[in-house]
Parts: sequence; C-alpha cells; structure tokens
Amino acid sequence: MTSMLNRLMLSVAGLATSVTAMAGTGAVADEFKWMTFTVFGVIIAITMAITFWAARTTHTTSEFYAAGRSVSGIQNGWAIAGDYLSAASFLGIAGLISLYGYDGFMYSVGWLVAYITVLLVIAEPCRNIGKYTMGDILAFRNDPKKTKVVAALSTITVSTFYLTAQMVGGGVLIKTLIGIDYETSIIGVGILMLAYVVFGGMKATTWVQIVKAVLLVMASLILVFLVWSPYGFSLPAYLHAVVGDEKVIAQVAKLLGDSAANMSKEDLGQRFLEPGLFLKNPIDQISLGMALVLGTAGMPHILMRFFTVPTAQAARTSVIWAMGIIGGFYVLTLFLGTGAAMLVGSAKIASVDAGGNMAGPLLAQYLGGGADSLLGNFFLAFVAAVAFATIVAVVAGLVLAAASAMAHDIYVGVIRGDHATPKEQVVAARVASGIVGVIAITVGILAKGQNVAHLVALAFAVAASSNLPAVFLTLYWKRCNTYGVMAGMLVGALTAIGLVMISPNMTYPKAITGSANKVLNGEAAQPAKDAQPALTASLMCELFALDGCVASHPAKAATPEQPAKPGAAEKLAKLNEKLPAVEATLAALAADPAGLQKAQEDITKLKKDIAATEKAKAKAEDDLKKFAGQSTSLMGLEKPFFLLKNPGLISIPLGFLMVILLSLFTRDKRSEEMWDELYVRQNTGINAEAATAH
Amino acid sequence: MPNPNINWAAIDADPKFQALHRKKTFFLWGLMIFSIIYYFMLPVGAAYFQDIFKIKVWGVVNVGILFALSEFVVAWVIAFVYSKKANAEFDAMTQEIINASVKKGA
Repeated sequence: MTSMLNRLMLSVAGLATSVTAMAGTGAVADEFKWMTFTVFGVIIAITMAITFWAARTTHTTSEFYAAGRSVSGIQNGWAIAGDYLSAASFLGIAGLISLYGYDGFMYSVGWLVAYITVLLVIAEPCRNIGKYTMGDILAFRNDPKKTKVVAALSTITVSTFYLTAQMVGGGVLIKTLIGIDYETSIIGVGILMLAYVVFGGMKATTWVQIVKAVLLVMASLILVFLVWSPYGFSLPAYLHAVVGDEKVIAQVAKLLGDSAANMSKEDLGQRFLEPGLFLKNPIDQISLGMALVLGTAGMPHILMRFFTVPTAQAARTSVIWAMGIIGGFYVLTLFLGTGAAMLVGSAKIASVDAGGNMAGPLLAQYLGGGADSLLGNFFLAFVAAVAFATIVAVVAGLVLAAASAMAHDIYVGVIRGDHATPKEQVVAARVASGIVGVIAITVGILAKGQNVAHLVALAFAVAASSNLPAVFLTLYWKRCNTYGVMAGMLVGALTAIGLVMISPNMTYPKAITGSANKVLNGEAAQPAKDAQPALTASLMCELFALDGCVASHPAKAATPEQPAKPGAAEKLAKLNEKLPAVEATLAALAADPAGLQKAQEDITKLKKDIAATEKAKAKAEDDLKKFAGQSTSLMGLEKPFFLLKNPGLISIPLGFLMVILLSLFTRDKRSEEMWDELYVRQNTGINAEAATAH
Repeated sequence: MPNPNINWAAIDADPKFQALHRKKTFFLWGLMIFSIIYYFMLPVGAAYFQDIFKIKVWGVVNVGILFALSEFVVAWVIAFVYSKKANAEFDAMTQEIINASVKKGA
C-alpha cells in the first residue's frame, strides 16, 4: 500500500530529472509566469500581514505555543485540515486516482478514519491535561525529566522524517510547476515558514493553515463543479462517461498488460472502478492502515493543535469540523482524479510526472481553456499557489512541534528544571524554531534527489508505535508507569525504524543494476511454463525473507515460450532503420488519404518508441554508473529482509506490549499517586490551563 | 502539579464520577471497535472479495465505490453520534461533578 505513497514520493523525487528535460520551464509557460508570480505574491502578502498582526499579540509562552488558547473550535478544525492536507494528499491522491482509479480512492479512506481515534480517545483528554507538548501529557504522572527527554526525542524524530519528506517533495513540486530552482524553492519555503513561526508563533501558523485550507477547498470545489456539471451532478452518468472514455480504457489496458487482450472495451473501462490495479499486497495495506489509524493520533503537530483551544468541548468541535473538511476534500478528489484521467488523459499526466502529481494542476489548466489560454493558465497559477501555500503551512506546523519539544521539554523542562523565567522561555522557543528551520532547509537541500519515499510512512509508523501507546496508556491505564512509557517509546520507535531500514523502501543497487543490464543487453529467451496453482505463503514468509520461503502468488496461466528480447542499442538501431522506410512510402501514398494517415501514425509511433528507448537506455546507463561497484543497500543487504513497506503490523503491537510488560514488572510511586488526579482531570477538565486574556 | 485544594481521590470515588467513567468507557470502546472493524473491511474486501466489489448496482457504480463512499459517511456518523452524546450527556454529568467539587473546595 505504501507502494503508492512510495511511488508518489519517488515520482516527486524523480521529477527532478524529468524537469531538466523541460529545460527548467515548469508546467507554466514562460509568457504566463507573471500571472503565477502575481498570485504567489498576493498569497505571500496575505500570510505576511497575518504574521505581522499575530506578532503584536505573541509575547508569552502560552501565546507562542498555543495561540493563547484563544482559537475557536471551528477555526481549529480548519487549521487541523490545513495542517493535515499536505501536498501528498492534495496532489498525490488525485494523481493516484487519475492513474489507477479505484485503488487511489480507497487509499484516501484511512487518512480520514484516523480522526475517529483522535476524536474518541485523544483530543479532549489532551486539552484537559496538556500544556504545550506531548511531553507535558506524559510527564503529568510519570517521572517528568525522564519522560520529557524520551518524548522530545520521539517528537523530533517524527517531525524530522515528515519535514524532510515535505521539504524535498515541496522543492521538486515548485520546480515542476513554475521552474524555480530546487535550492531556491527550498530556501524560499524555509524563510517564509521561519518568518511565520518565529515572529507569529502558533497564532500566525494557525491562520496560515486556515487560509491555506480555505483556498484548497475553494479551488477543489470550483474544479469539481466544472468537471461534474456537464453530467447534471449525477454520479452514475459521470462515472459512465469516465469508464467509456478512450483514454481511460487505454490506461487500464496498459496497466493490465497481456491479460487485457481478451477483454472488451466496456470491461476495460469498468475495470478502472474496480480494486487491484495498483494495491497488490493486502497485508501491507492493513499494516499501513494501522499506522494511519493509530499514528495520526500520535503525530506531535496534530496533538499540539488541541492545546490552542479554550476547552475540551472546543477540542471536540474542532475534530468534527476537521473530519468534515478532510473527508469532504477526499470525496472531491475522486472527481478531480477521474476528471483528470478522462479530460487530460493518464498518458499526458504520467509524461509530466510518473506518479501523477500533476493531475490536479493539469486538470485546472484544461478546465480553464487549455495550455494556451489566459484563464487556463490563471487556474494553473492558482492551483500552483495553493500547492505552495500547502507546503509552507504544513512545514510551519511541523517546525513549531519540533521546536516546542526542543525548547519546552528539553531546555525548560530538563536543563532548567522548570525554573526558566517567562521571558527566557519565549526566547528559547524562538531560538529553537530558528534552529529547526535552518536544519529543515539544510536537510532539504542535502536530500536533493534522494529517495525520501519511506519517510512519510515511517513518520506515521513511529508515531503509532512510540507516541500513541505511551500517551494512550498513560491516560487510560492505572498501572502504566515511567519505565513502561520509556521502554515502549524506545522499542516502538527503534523497531519501526529498523524494519524500514531492511524493507523494500530502501535502495537495493543489485536489483537496479540487474534491471539496467536487462535493458541494455536484452533478455535471453524464456522456455514455455506450465500453469501454476495459487500459492499462499505462511504469515512469517509474507513478512520476512526467511530461508525456504516461497513467495505467495495468485494462480498463473500457462505461458508460451518467450523469445529473447533485444538490448536497447539493438532495438534502437532496428527502429531507426524502419523509420526512413516508412517515411519513403509517404510520397507514394499522396493519393490515398487513409493509407497516408496510417503511415503518418506509424511514423509518430516509431518516433515515440525511439524516444522512449533512448530514454530507457540513458536511464539504465545512468543507473549503472551511479551504482557501479555497489551490490548492497545501506544496511548491507542485497535484497529486502522485511517484506512489507509498512512496519506498523509488528512495531505497533510491540510498542504497546513493552509499555504493558515493563509497567507490570516495575513500580513507580509517582505514576500511581498521580493516577486519581490525572484521570479526574482528563475527564472533567478541572484545573485545565485556562485561556489567557488579552 | 498536585493541587492541595482538591481531593482528587474523593472525586474519583464519587459514584457520579464512577457513573460517568462507566458510561464513557462503554460508549467510546463500542464506537472505536466498530469503526476499526468497518475500516479494515475495505482493504480486506478489496483484496479477498473482489467479486462482490465488482457487482454493478447503480449504472456503472459498483459495490466497491459505494462501500468506499460509505466509509466516509460512517466516519461522519460516528463523529456526529459521539458529539451528540457528549454534548447532551457527558458534558452535563461533568458539570455536576465540577460544581460539587467546587462547593466542597469552598
């Protein structure tokens, strides 16, 4: 399932190369650039005005970290949506739907269901108990210094993973859209985000997120209105048009390969609305589902949002609004994705970006009147600006979360033993934000072109395996204590990270050089194979590459003998030979319009094949050069040992188990004594941090 | 930060608080378990019950699409049911407990 996420992020990373082919122009044509920059300018001006206004009322610690607890439930709901709907969900999910249909839509569901956990078990208790950070919640009944250190480490780890993925994805995205250099984009995003966070604190961050969420929802609504209205807003009529579209049918045929040969066009189109075009490993999907459903509630930047509202009731209202906005947005992406598949075409979307990230922007351009029209480019500029605002808003939330762990938990809580003056605390918060911001920019630039695919999934997995068990059991289980919390957080986080390091997410040079050699040198002929019955491996074999394991597979039909495949150079020579021959026939066909048209189509196809083969050859040569002399991954493995892309299935239960076992076998007086107070307070809100008056 | 003015153990032992705790626990666990089962039915169904997901029920709209859309509706219904219950019942019970504790403290 994360293969989707991976494809998505990989493609974002891989974009860097495809963009150079476009000579750094980006999706927006040069003559319309001024429009993009104008829209960008307006949005940046609005957010800067917000920051200026917020900075005047941001003096105390509570104002800096929690916007003085003055954010209303509805405002916080919009801000949560703004914080959560990253570029990956905004552009990525629409893109996946445009390429793979049903599977892309199914993928979006878990991201909403995650909020049920947030609503039912996390939001209100956190508001009643917490102050500024996750560490505050854990330190309430556990040993403050010990748990704050572990909580801060976990927060910084999760935020850094997520932040790196956002920075790299954002840099590439801006480059693809408008052609600004990767490094310049990263520094631009970094400086803007630092301005919001350092000067305006949580208040500015909140309002930037609200503005971004409103823009995002507005843009999506307009696009969906334009896509859906020709069909009188009827779902069956609209989807009927989608599955009957030639471009959609061609895309499904391409995805199914050989097995599409004996399917009717109608069946092929319908297949777009059926599962299985992309997600092939259900166990991996369940593992990702667990990480989403439990991880979102452990994401420090989401938890932090609940400290900004005045009461537990407002926290409840905010989750309900967030669920409405986030869920509604994902339903809209069904139309954005299928609309892009039908109107723009999967082939064109994938040609700009293999992961489909450009589906939304290209759809906007099409609906406005196409690549040469003023309105089309205005739409594109608007969507690009929303994407930009998205990256900045998400990054700002993450930086604030990491900075609060650093300044509030580590510096104030542990180093100064909670004896810092109010002024010192605010200075520490601002300095920490600056440090995290500079780290984010540096890491973003260093990670250029790197495989950051696994980082988003990893952030959720660590949050679900480390943060959630600790917070949940601290809040709801009487026997839970300091040692359990520390052991659970460390083991949960390390297991998740360790499993990802040996998972298929990493780069395995041997596999890459192997397929590169196949492309360059061709493949030997394959003898005919008999049909094979389906095979289901044992669970352990599904999870680990153990000795004697055979991979499970569905029933396979008998395959005839496969002839040898030529290498790229040979193939290229053949195609280049054919081209003049077909071109020579053109003159003779002048009197035969049908023949002429066919010959011209052949020529176009040949030229396309030549370009594709040349590209594949160049990539293979590049790969061989890049991985020359390497045969193992970062961890010294030739192939993955852990077979899932998502570690949650193992690391989440382990995280819970460690908290429970250690708590049962150790005793901690403070954890026991504070239980009554914690439990009463988390349920009633008595003595909760009140809103600061202005 | 122990607060000397409030006897937390006494509130915890208060039958009213115990009643709130029981009601909340039962209600929240029920919703939570239901929502998790309902959610995981989607990937499991899409992987192992594809024949059912492919049945067309409304023009080209099949069971799979409707089931995926129902996931959204069910999530919203759970949120709505919880907020109704919490606003109407839990908040009132909580307020009573708070009032009682403040009186005792005063």
